[in-house]
Amino acid sequence: MTSSTLAPQRPAAHRRSLRGGLPLTRVSGLGLGVAMVWFSLLVLIPLAAVAVAAADGGWAGFWRTVTNDQTAATIRLTVGTALLVTLVNIVMGTLIAWVLVRDRFFGKRALEILIDVPFALPTIVAGLVLLALYGPGSPLGVNIANTRIAVFLAFLFVTLPFIVRTVQPVLAELDPEIEEAAASLGASRFTTFRRIILPSLTPAIAAGAALSFARAVGEYGSLVLLTGNLPMRTEVASVRILSSIENDNLDSAAAVAVVLLAISLAVIVVLDVIQRRVMRRG
Amino acid sequence: MSIEIVNVGKRFGDFVALDDVSVSIPSGRLTALLGPSGGGKSTLLRIIAGLERADTGKVDIEGVDATRLPPQKRNVGFVFQHYAAFKHLTVRRNVAFGLEIRKRPKDEIRGRVDELLALVHLEQFADRLPSQLSGGQRQRMALARALAVEPTVLLLDEPFGALDAKVRKELRDWLRRLHDEVHVTTVFVTHDQEEALEVADEIVVINEGRVEQIGSPDDLYDRPANEFVMRFLGPVTQLGDQLVRPHDLQLSTDPTGIGVLGRVARVTRIGFEIRVDLSTTDGQSVTVTLTRNEFLALGIQVDSEVRVRLAPGSPATTVSAPAARPATPTLAAAG
Amino acid sequence: MAEHSIVTRTQVGRRPGRYVLRAVVTAYLFLLVAWPLYLVARNAFADGFTSLNDILTDPDVTHALRLTVVIAVTAVVINTVFGVGISILLVRYDFPGKRTLNALLDVPLSVSPIVVGLALVLVYGGREGWFGPTLESAGLQIIFATPGMVMATVFVALPLVIREVVPILQEVGDEQEQAARSLGANAVQTFRRITLPAIKWGVIYGVVLSLARSLGEFGAVKVVSGNVLGETRTATLVVEEKYLNFDKGGSYATAFLLALVAVACIIVVSVLRPKEDR
Repeated sequence: MTSSTLAPQRPAAHRRSLRGGLPLTRVSGLGLGVAMVWFSLLVLIPLAAVAVAAADGGWAGFWRTVTNDQTAATIRLTVGTALLVTLVNIVMGTLIAWVLVRDRFFGKRALEILIDVPFALPTIVAGLVLLALYGPGSPLGVNIANTRIAVFLAFLFVTLPFIVRTVQPVLAELDPEIEEAAASLGASRFTTFRRIILPSLTPAIAAGAALSFARAVGEYGSLVLLTGNLPMRTEVASVRILSSIENDNLDSAAAVAVVLLAISLAVIVVLDVIQRRVMRRG
Repeated sequence: MSIEIVNVGKRFGDFVALDDVSVSIPSGRLTALLGPSGGGKSTLLRIIAGLERADTGKVDIEGVDATRLPPQKRNVGFVFQHYAAFKHLTVRRNVAFGLEIRKRPKDEIRGRVDELLALVHLEQFADRLPSQLSGGQRQRMALARALAVEPTVLLLDEPFGALDAKVRKELRDWLRRLHDEVHVTTVFVTHDQEEALEVADEIVVINEGRVEQIGSPDDLYDRPANEFVMRFLGPVTQLGDQLVRPHDLQLSTDPTGIGVLGRVARVTRIGFEIRVDLSTTDGQSVTVTLTRNEFLALGIQVDSEVRVRLAPGSPATTVSAPAARPATPTLAAAG
Repeated sequence: MAEHSIVTRTQVGRRPGRYVLRAVVTAYLFLLVAWPLYLVARNAFADGFTSLNDILTDPDVTHALRLTVVIAVTAVVINTVFGVGISILLVRYDFPGKRTLNALLDVPLSVSPIVVGLALVLVYGGREGWFGPTLESAGLQIIFATPGMVMATVFVALPLVIREVVPILQEVGDEQEQAARSLGANAVQTFRRITLPAIKWGVIYGVVLSLARSLGEFGAVKVVSGNVLGETRTATLVVEEKYLNFDKGGSYATAFLLALVAVACIIVVSVLRPKEDR
């Protein structure tokens, strides 16, 4: 198997506990200090600034901003489409992983590379790529540009690798003897899949789904050219934040951003809970 | 004395790995640290090597206070249970590593490495990668690598633990011969009492973070300091409140003789040995091992009445805690 | 890792279901990725090499390409040093808050690039940022300048090296490093001669991935760059700008260049990776 794991996330089952290790020495302590300063300046303080800016207008101001008709519409569209895309990915991603692990055929390696393309491709290019087949002048004769289907399609494209790449290694490591044992005990192939294989894949699927959802919720680049960003129709949350920034209204940008960050945080917590559960199961 | 360990203590969280341990390890000898898993012997070895730092106490190596020295300044050779082979380097480069670090001239390194590869019989594998060697070969490479830097002391942590029984036995004999040739102060950790008794000049028995006894294999076997050492070094059986070795017990069929009266409950043949299980009149179960000839000479069988006693001069320790089996008072013991 | 590459064929069997699944997966990937990707290449060469030639002789575009490479390489260097360092700290050392730090390092994966941009503007913006005005009066402009674009790029690609290196460090364990120490190697020698060769492939994958991600970053860079023609406009911004200005040829040609690099990165990784398994 070529397994060019481009998806950034190792599957949950592969992420072992980081427990233990040496106490810090003077040099490693200094290194940790430098790394933490850099990480704080780059990530933690800026993200804190977003929260502070969102709180500037008080709770009432925050609530007014995020329940504004146009803004609420973007959040609904973003979260709703992201959920839908994640559901499709759960089915298709598992299916693709299954075929890549269990089947052998000419061209499989090419498919492996195709899986990773959406991860490495610049998002603006991803939008352009989809426009070439599904936009005006499409060789298929369909034109979904500037519709909500375009949002769905863009999300589907950019989140393709996540579930495939988290499920694939777990599936590859499943002991075929377990399936043979189930079969020898009289289980049908479907029963074996549902009762034996699926439960072992669930943590990996959940981890991939969380990542895929988070990615979709924050997506911006691939939508710019594809969806037209029509208010109340195809405008997503990221685009809404950007137009607030461009109108120099940083506080309302921050308010919407906090909603997105809260969703991301929830996803990370879910991911962590899944990992802990997997680790406990050993 | 080559290695002086004074009042060393070490904890991992709540777990006390070493509790005020003091040991003197003599120069030029082969010393075994023997004990059950988790008893602290590996921790002690790693403290000597500097891979672990003691919480309290002091470590001297050849008269130098090494307590706070980092491992690279101690000039010790360390051999790991799982070889710790440098996977990306050939056998030759593995062995040369310490010398390259010390920036020795190329010719000298080449000569010394050839010499060591010959010593461990790996000449023809010099250009292979560790992944192309068997476990035993890897361990010999690790040993050559540790010896290359001419260490003051050679430390081996369960060196044969990961090998199968046959290779283990070969390497054990080979380590003994190697030590007779090289004469470097050597300390090795093992949980296998047979290995320690067979290879070591000196044995330090460690259990639950404390030293139970220090001595030669003969000392330990013939004069165990306590019940733990007695039990750990070989099979035991209980006669009265005495813990004794089953092969140190003598049987007689003379009903008026000395010894505890009992009845044969079971006879089991194990290779060249015969194991006789007795039930004494006090209700105690005692195991006696005999050679086949001794057994035939006695002419006993199941239900025979026999007297059992400890052969004079045999080691025995008094059982401190009540025996595990439902013992009736057994004060009317031997002699 | 070698075991992972063993293909288990047991349950596949010779049943029609296998061909159905294979066909579904192939068709899905073809429609979602392969065909659209091919069309971009075709559109880029619709007029032969004219479009490609045009963009490569346009000084604004070549400046954007150069800027993109400079920013991406700088970001990759920073993320590699930081990533390898933090991976070693996470795996080999114990310190309070390690679990939290480990979880926080994944945060950039789940943050929208636009939010990344916004966050940096709020702190480093020249007018109202927390630190921006102070830094600017000291002569260091971050937002609407290269440093801000580098920071945005570093932010979005931050976890990639770490996620490749941490599992490998755990896999190889620390015995080889201890052996090197006991043979007289100091910390630097141990890292250079033992640790680095052991994690080499993980670092290389991480670097290639980070490079692909950094070259293609769009949203975060768009927010912090100000998108000034010939100054802070990067290649991905050129794609957008040309498309919106009805220069589709130029847009597709630039997109083609970026896609080419991205696909090359993936192929490099997929060719390299089996070597590690051997």
